[in-house]
Amino acid sequence: MVMILNEEQQLLKDSAKAFLSESAPISGLRAMRDAGEDQLPELWTKMSEMGWPGMVIPDAYSGLDFGYVGAGVVLEEMGRTLALSPFLSSAVVAATLINQLGSEQQKETYLPRIATGEITAVLAADETGFFDLADIATQATPSDNGYILSGSKRGVIDGHNADLLLIVTDGEEGLSVFAVEPSASGVSCETRLIVDSQRAADISLETVSVGSDALLGTLGGASEALEFTIDVAAACSAAEMLGISIETFERTVGYLKEREQFGSKIGTFQGLQHRAAQLFAEIEVSKSAVLGALQALDANSEKRSILASMAKAKCAKVVRNATEEGVQMHGGIGMTDEFDIGFFMKRAAVCRQAYGDYHFHADRFARLRGY
Amino acid sequence: MDNLEQFRAETREWLDANCPDDMRQPMRSEDDQCWGGRNWVFASEGQQLWMERMAAKGWTAPRWPAEYGGGGLSGDEAKVLGEELARIGARRPLSSFGLDMLGPALLLHATEEQKRQYIPDIINGKIRWCQGYSEPNAGSDLASLRTKAEDMGDHYLINGSKVWTSYADKADWIFCLVRTNFDCPKHEGISFLLFDMASEGVSTKPIKLISGTSPFCETFFDNVQVPKAQLVGTLNKGWEIAKYLLTHERAMIGGFGLAGGGMKGMGQMAAAKRGTRDGRLRDTSLRAETTAFELDEMAFGLTIERITDETKAGQGTGASSSILKMYGTELNKLRQELFMAIGSTDALNFDTDSKGALVRSWLRSKANSIEGGTTEVQLNIIAKRILGLPA
Repeated sequence: MVMILNEEQQLLKDSAKAFLSESAPISGLRAMRDAGEDQLPELWTKMSEMGWPGMVIPDAYSGLDFGYVGAGVVLEEMGRTLALSPFLSSAVVAATLINQLGSEQQKETYLPRIATGEITAVLAADETGFFDLADIATQATPSDNGYILSGSKRGVIDGHNADLLLIVTDGEEGLSVFAVEPSASGVSCETRLIVDSQRAADISLETVSVGSDALLGTLGGASEALEFTIDVAAACSAAEMLGISIETFERTVGYLKEREQFGSKIGTFQGLQHRAAQLFAEIEVSKSAVLGALQALDANSEKRSILASMAKAKCAKVVRNATEEGVQMHGGIGMTDEFDIGFFMKRAAVCRQAYGDYHFHADRFARLRGY
Repeated sequence: MDNLEQFRAETREWLDANCPDDMRQPMRSEDDQCWGGRNWVFASEGQQLWMERMAAKGWTAPRWPAEYGGGGLSGDEAKVLGEELARIGARRPLSSFGLDMLGPALLLHATEEQKRQYIPDIINGKIRWCQGYSEPNAGSDLASLRTKAEDMGDHYLINGSKVWTSYADKADWIFCLVRTNFDCPKHEGISFLLFDMASEGVSTKPIKLISGTSPFCETFFDNVQVPKAQLVGTLNKGWEIAKYLLTHERAMIGGFGLAGGGMKGMGQMAAAKRGTRDGRLRDTSLRAETTAFELDEMAFGLTIERITDETKAGQGTGASSSILKMYGTELNKLRQELFMAIGSTDALNFDTDSKGALVRSWLRSKANSIEGGTTEVQLNIIAKRILGLPA
């Protein structure tokens, strides 16, 4: 596969860049935070008008069918402006899971509404905070006309705003996924403010009664679709981190060219030059990691999972380095709330942990590689 | 079937018929490379056949123009050929500084007559070239070189010495940077000459490295006469050629960072040696370090692919060879460290037979981030030429 964007993907990236720099500047995020809010509904409305919530949804369900490279290039641009929206959680991750697992009827019920932005859905899998699907205690017990769900979910980003929760259960049969409306009796939700000004939801399910049509696919038959969804989440979250790395780095290099100390621009100092050059090389390498993983998803290659976990682990490491150096090289001003660079470090911290952190994906990578 | 798929099918068939079995085994060490040249002794019949057959198709230089004996392949075809070679685990038929460094510079800067004279012999593996760049007082600061070439009317007279000349004692010809003007800024008085290492006045002395091997030499020029027709490009403008060639050298050395074809992954090798528990490598610290290495190794492999594809599409950045050189060599040093860790105390064996190969290879790798421009020089280049940081 040729590792360059095709014309369509490049156009999408360019238009995403233009739109986001205009409509989702960091000043908007700051104003949202200062107003004590945790979402930007107008931004999501605009994205919906452009059809972005249907980015990976097939044509047949009113989506744009742009594939994961398309979603990835948009997420990279979102990372650059720290655009806050349920794009990754609903349009990419949840839509993928429904499309992979749902019956024809379920897909027809949910996907077109997700594609227009009318509803958002969110994957609620994690219970430990470490994104380990081997550690799921939520259970589904068959009842007269469906199932009773009991358990709890932890740290679900966008969980309190979503119109549909995709609840993962475990049991003798294996992993299953249920589409549950948050208004269902027995579902309760507590939210926590997290470091990047979003809120994460802790969801509790107490004998929640759902119809049999809430089960996506078959009972115990969700493993494969969940693995694919983890691959998608990992690679796409890596793309967002790549954008954060690039933007942080460009701002930092700009500062090195501007700031004077000891009578010289600090960018003349070799100690800083070499660190900047080192970081640039790492970012170049993570670009390839992301593109390789996204292309493998679109091709459904057998190396898909290895590449996705590789990309997530690599980008998590690089974005950590990029944001740390971003603050360090800005010196004291980098530590102030007034200056924007800290926003990148905070969002990066959330992205690094979302859908499995470095350690989770490094471990998954190693297992898939046979050790 | 489109043209490319037809090319793939034909290539596959040809390789099946023409690649000898012993050339499909992974290389055990650097000693398994085939360098060609006037004095080359083939290690096996297979090695000779493989080099000659590939050279006859021009596939030792797949993308070079067919009129000089190259393969004349398009970028896409060359990629297919590479994939098909990798598929059967074929060894490189010919390792050559002529292919990796000199040839691209000649194709861009040499006269038509020079191209016809030198390029076919590179492709056929008839002439083995060495690179006369570094001098005792011109290492990282290469442009301060002082080996001089005096204009004697019909020829140049060369006096001076080079150091770190890879395989000078085994090479047939040298491409050499010489000073042709001392009264100007250092970059503006350098010229690019080609000459026969068998010329009178040329002598070499191997340098024994910490690895116990001698891949490099000191090279001395004592009144060596070089015909003027062997100057490449314009007099005193050799630095441009030198720099262009260096980008190819860096890309080549950066390639050391790639995973070896047909080899097991580092993690699997470690697991085989140290054992597993619940399917995971038993030594958790080794597992973590190995995983970090393999992540970088895979991302680096994709980076080489991406940069190659971008260059083909005219989107190349030019200075990317510095990134590949820096990253690839640091990666290879880490690989060698892990080989040593996995190799246990057995890996310390310094015997001259194959048992000592591991430790020698580990020691040799320490030169990777020095030769062809140190890691620090590459970082300077990235900082100044790509990032535009002030001097």
